Amino acid sequence: MNPVNYLYLAALLFSIGATGVLIRRNAIVVFMCIELMLNACNLTLVAFSRMHGNLDGQIIAFFTMVVAAAEVVVGLAIIVSLFRSRHSASVDDASLMKL
Amino acid sequence: MENLIALLIAAPLLGAAVLLCGGRRLDAVGQWIGTLLSFASFAFGVVLFADLLGKDPEQRTLTQHLFSWIQVESFQADVAFRLDQLSMTFVLLITGVGSLIHLYSVGYMEHDERRRRFFGYLNLFLAAMLLLVLADNYLLLYVGWEGVGLASYLLIGFWQHKPSAATAAKKAFLVNRVGDMGLSIAIMLMFLWFGTFAFGPLLGGEGEPGMVGDASEGKLTAIGLMLLLAACGKSAQVPLQSWLGDAMEGPTPVSALIHAATMVTAGVYLIVRSGAIFNAAPDAQLVVTIVGAVTLLFGAIVGCAKDDIKKALAGSTMSQIGYMVLAAGLGPIGYVFAIMHLVTHGFFKAGLFLGAGSVMHGMNDEVDMRKYGGLRKYMPVTFVTFGLGYLAIIGFPGLSGFFSKDKIIEAAFAKGGTEGWILGGCALLGAAITAFYMTRVMLMTFFGEKRWQPDENGNEPHPHESPKVMTIPMIVLAVGSVAAGFLFNWQSSFIHWLEPITGHDHGHAPLSAGVITGATVACMVIGVAIAYGQYGRRPVPAVAPRGSVLTRAARRDLYQDDFNHVVLVRGGEHLTRSLVYVDHTLVDGVVNGTAASVGGLSGRMRRLQNGFVRSYAVSMFGGVAILIAATLLMRAV
Repeated sequence: MNPVNYLYLAALLFSIGATGVLIRRNAIVVFMCIELMLNACNLTLVAFSRMHGNLDGQIIAFFTMVVAAAEVVVGLAIIVSLFRSRHSASVDDASLMKL
Repeated sequence: MENLIALLIAAPLLGAAVLLCGGRRLDAVGQWIGTLLSFASFAFGVVLFADLLGKDPEQRTLTQHLFSWIQVESFQADVAFRLDQLSMTFVLLITGVGSLIHLYSVGYMEHDERRRRFFGYLNLFLAAMLLLVLADNYLLLYVGWEGVGLASYLLIGFWQHKPSAATAAKKAFLVNRVGDMGLSIAIMLMFLWFGTFAFGPLLGGEGEPGMVGDASEGKLTAIGLMLLLAACGKSAQVPLQSWLGDAMEGPTPVSALIHAATMVTAGVYLIVRSGAIFNAAPDAQLVVTIVGAVTLLFGAIVGCAKDDIKKALAGSTMSQIGYMVLAAGLGPIGYVFAIMHLVTHGFFKAGLFLGAGSVMHGMNDEVDMRKYGGLRKYMPVTFVTFGLGYLAIIGFPGLSGFFSKDKIIEAAFAKGGTEGWILGGCALLGAAITAFYMTRVMLMTFFGEKRWQPDENGNEPHPHESPKVMTIPMIVLAVGSVAAGFLFNWQSSFIHWLEPITGHDHGHAPLSAGVITGATVACMVIGVAIAYGQYGRRPVPAVAPRGSVLTRAARRDLYQDDFNHVVLVRGGEHLTRSLVYVDHTLVDGVVNGTAASVGGLSGRMRRLQNGFVRSYAVSMFGGVAILIAATLLMRAV
C-alpha cells in the first residue's frame, strides 16, 4: 500500500481535530480534538519514517505519546477544577482574562 | 626678599577674612583693622620697592613660587608671583591710594551701620587686585581678575536697599562677564597653541624671547583681540562701557578706589603685560588704538552733559582710560606713557572723587551739580584739593596730567602715517573736551551763587568742611597730582624704570614735541574758555535746559543703554521666545505625538484580548497557516 495515503489520512484527521478545537465549546471535546491532532502528527511521523527507511520518526512518535500522556494528566486536572468552580465545562465561560 | 611678595596679598586677605567672618564683635574697630592691614601691605610694598631700586635695572624681577596649584599632565598652573617694575608700580599705586581711601572711608562711612562689612569688601578688593598684578601666569591673573569683579559687584551694590544700586551691581557684573569670557578664551587659546600660560615661557623676558616670538600672526591676533575684549569689559571701554556710569551708585570711596584709580585700569595692565603678544600682532594693536580713541571721545562727550557730579567724573574716567588704552595700543612707543598716565590718573582722579565725596558729605548726599554753587567759601580744603586735581586732569602745565597726557598725544602722532594723524587728532580733541567738562564741574560746584534749596522736609543743607580723617587723604592725593608728573619726568626716570619690561621706542613724530605741547595747551585753553563762557559768566540754571540733540544724547550716555536694550535685550528676548516656540511645537510635538500615537494604538490593540480561548486559537492557526504558506512560497520561488 502506498504510504502517501497515510499522509492524506493524517491531514484529514488533523483538519478534523483543528475544526473541532475551533468550533466546539465543551472543554472535554476540545481536548479530545487536540489529541486527534497530536495523533495525526504521530501518523505522519511514522509514515515518513517508513518512506525514508529510518527510525527517527518512530522515536519522535514515542516522545509525542509520552508528552501527550503528561499533557492529558495536567489538562484533565485543569478541566476538572474548572468544572468544579463554575459547574460548566464550556471554554467560552472561562473568559475572565481580558480587559 | 621674595618671600615678602605673598605678604603683600596676605595682609588685606587676612583683613577681609577677619572682618567678614568676625561678626558684630568687630563692629566698633573693624574700620581700623581694615585700614591698618591696608597700610601694612603698603609698607611691604615700599620695602620691596627700596629693594628693587638697589638692584641693577635688568635684575629687578623677583619671583616667588608658593605652591603647585593644578597639575594634570602638561597642564600646569602654579601659584607663583612675579614682582617686576610693572607690577611694582601697580602695587604702590594700589596699596598707596587704597590705604588713603581706607582712611578716608573711616570718616565717610562713619554713620553706616554695615561699616565693618564695607571695610571687609575693600580689603578683599585690595587682595584680589594685588593678586591680579602679581600673578606669574594668566590663570592666576584670572583669579584676581574675577576677584576684583566680585569685590566691585559687592561694593557697587553695598547700599543694596536701594533698587538702583542693586541693579547697577548686577549690570556691572553681567557686562564684566562678557569681558571675562574674552580672557578665559584667550587663556584657552594660549594653552591650546603654546601649551602654557605662564608669563616667563610665553612672553619671554630677561633677554629670552618667549614662545610668542615664533607663533603665527593670525594666532596672536586672535589672542590679542580676546585680551582686548577682556580689557574692554574691565576698563569700561566701548563697546562694554555701559556699566561704569551706573557703578557710581556705590559709596564714593568705592568709586574713587575701584572705578577710578585701580580696578578699571586692570585692562590697561593686561594689554601692557601682554605687550609681547600685541607687538607681534599689528592688527590687534590697531583695534586697541581704535577702541581707545573712540572711548576717549565717547567718555568725554558723556562727561560734558551729566549734572550728577559722580557721573560726570565717571565719563571722565572712561575717557582717561581711553587715553591709556590708546597709548597701550601704540606698542613700545606708548606702553610707558600708558602706565605713567595710569599712575597720575590714579592720583588726580581718586582725589577728584574723594573731593566729590566730601562735597556730597557736606550737602546731605546731594549729587546734582545744579544744586551746588559757590561751595568754595564753605569747603576751602576740598576746594583747593579738588582744584589741584582739576588742574592736573586738564593738563595744566607743570602738573602731573600735563606730562602724561602730553606724552600720549605725542606718542599717538609718533605712530606715523594717516593713523598717527587721526589718533593724535582724536587725542587733542579729547584734551579740549576734557578741559571743557572739568571746568564745567569746577564752576558748577565751587563758583557762582549758591543754588541749593530746602528739601520737602524743610532740611536745608549746611555745607561744611569734612573731618580731618577725610581731608588728609585728599591733601596727600592732591600733592601727588601736582608732583607725580614732574617726578616721573625728571631725567626720564619713569621711562628708565619701566623700559626693561615694556621696552621703549621714540617713534617718528611728524611734529616736534614743542609744537604738540603747544597744541595741547592751546586745546586746553580753548576748552576752559568755552566752559567759562557758558558756566562762569552766566548763572547756571537750577533746572537743566533742554539742550541740543548732542547734549540730550550725551545725557542718556549716547544711547548706550538704549542700544543694548534694543539689540541685546530685545534680541535675546526674541531668541528665547522663538526657542520656546520651537520647544513647544517641534520638540514637545514629537514627544507628545509619539506618546499619543502609542497610547491610541494600544487602545485598539487591546480589543484583541477578548478572553475567548477559541479566538486565540484561531489567530494561532491563522498565524501558523500564513507561516507555512510563506515558507512554501519561498521554496517555490
